[in-house]
Amino acid sequence: MIEAFNLTKDYGRFRAVDDVSFRIEQGEIVGLLGPNGSGKTTIMRMLTGFFAPTVGTCSLGGVDVIADPREARRRVGYLPERVALYPHMTVRGFLGFIAKVRGVEGRVESAVGDAMEVCGLTSMAGRHIGKLSKGYRQRVGIAQAIIHQPQVLILDEPTVGLDPRQIVEIRTLIQTLAGLATVLLSTHILPEVSATCRRVLILDRGKVIATDTVEELTEKTAGRGETLLRVEGAEAEVIAAIRGTGAVADVEVTERAPGGVLTLVVRSQMGVDVRPGLARTLVDRGYLVHEISPRLMSLEDLFVDILAKSGGSEVGP
Amino acid sequence: MRPFFALLGKELQGFFVLPLVYFVGAVFLALSGYYFYTNLNAFITFGFGESIVEHLWQRLYGDIVRVVITVIPLVTMRVYAEEKNLGTIELLYTAPVRDFEILAAKFLACMSVFVVIVGSTTLYPYLIWRVQPFDLTQLFAIYLGLLLLISAMVSIGIWLSSLTETQLIAAMFTYGATLLLWNLSWNEAAVPGDWLGFVSQLCAYDHFEPFARGVVDLKDVAYYVAIVVLMGWLTMRSMESRQWRGRR
Repeated sequence: MIEAFNLTKDYGRFRAVDDVSFRIEQGEIVGLLGPNGSGKTTIMRMLTGFFAPTVGTCSLGGVDVIADPREARRRVGYLPERVALYPHMTVRGFLGFIAKVRGVEGRVESAVGDAMEVCGLTSMAGRHIGKLSKGYRQRVGIAQAIIHQPQVLILDEPTVGLDPRQIVEIRTLIQTLAGLATVLLSTHILPEVSATCRRVLILDRGKVIATDTVEELTEKTAGRGETLLRVEGAEAEVIAAIRGTGAVADVEVTERAPGGVLTLVVRSQMGVDVRPGLARTLVDRGYLVHEISPRLMSLEDLFVDILAKSGGSEVGP
Repeated sequence: MRPFFALLGKELQGFFVLPLVYFVGAVFLALSGYYFYTNLNAFITFGFGESIVEHLWQRLYGDIVRVVITVIPLVTMRVYAEEKNLGTIELLYTAPVRDFEILAAKFLACMSVFVVIVGSTTLYPYLIWRVQPFDLTQLFAIYLGLLLLISAMVSIGIWLSSLTETQLIAAMFTYGATLLLWNLSWNEAAVPGDWLGFVSQLCAYDHFEPFARGVVDLKDVAYYVAIVVLMGWLTMRSMESRQWRGRR
């Protein structure tokens, strides 16, 4: 449904996107994951026809975005990173305008009504957009993206700046939409991907450095055999106790809080979960265990990891 | 055509929902009413033996052009700059419409504003005509000239608005450019002899003055149309600059 071949974009001498190719099948939800400035927005802007790539081509549902921009743009709904709306318009007025500009077939009112329904905006129909909360404005942004029932939905950081409850709502909304369209969304937050996507393209400095399913990614981020441990007790004795537990390869103290709570990272052999054993040992010896959890990788760790594995002389974002 | 009319409707709504255009219209009408009153007063006081063509309408509409030049930047400054600043331009650039349709909608919306506010000045000649009917040919020429002049100056303002995200910068440059264009040849002695013909060819005043006398010359029409075409072309290039600037 979405195809990109050798997409490259130069801004003057700066290469924002460098030879990116990917293919997204119909009905997939794919995440573009990368730090700020890694080219996510630029890729999305090329796909939506905002501007053309310097080199390369892309197509949506078989329609070339450069050769036939108007037909391609009809097939795509786009939520820009900066959700930009006309503050003086009402929700209904704005969505009606977008529906007409996007060439909605048939009755505009019913398209507007449907989009408001899906996005939970019906009660806000007569409000001025300038007076809506950020969460509602984000919904209006999504409503305008789906109003013409596009085959492809491109969402640039759809949950950025929202509060936790709104984030959950928007993620649920995106998953509802997944049945109707192929979705490409960008994020720089690692957990966002596993919450919404099935596949991930990982970007760094304009290049795709890895393509993973979410399962693979979860394994990479959680299964490095690192356990985070917070325990109260004398340092030397605690470390000795941990080392005495089976399968533990290494222990490192990362923080010594006042009051005697130690934060440690326990590395074990790959594929072995040392948590039950650790818990038993420490509790048996009378130490107070505050926390014991798999150590999740941050986006930065993940990048260092992937780049190192891909033979990285150029390690590190 | 429906997307185009939606764009045009949105642009018109943008003007007429916001208070700015009403303030601009009010100031414009107050000033042009003042000029009508003072010019009429002068014509009545000193006008015996003078022609109404030369000594009332020509002077009055010369003054009205000055007021027009003052308010044009306030109308055109927002058309692109505001959308670039809000980010809404991205919605337009990713909608299935041509850049030209976006520009045409903006241009026609600005022109509608001026048709309304400058059109209301037809009240002045109507008041005189009710008292003493006179030949209206000159006034038709004047209003054609005004329409062309305003089209040219609006297209300059739109182009300058497309170059910035800051409305005030667009307004200031538009005011400077249109005022200079109008006054370019006012002091002929300041222009080197060989250049005079060229400078007066460029000057908006020199191409408006025949209309004000009631003379419609194709050459003057072509001058204003040429400015509109040139500015339209420049605005299209400015919209295309997103290709290589990587910004709105």
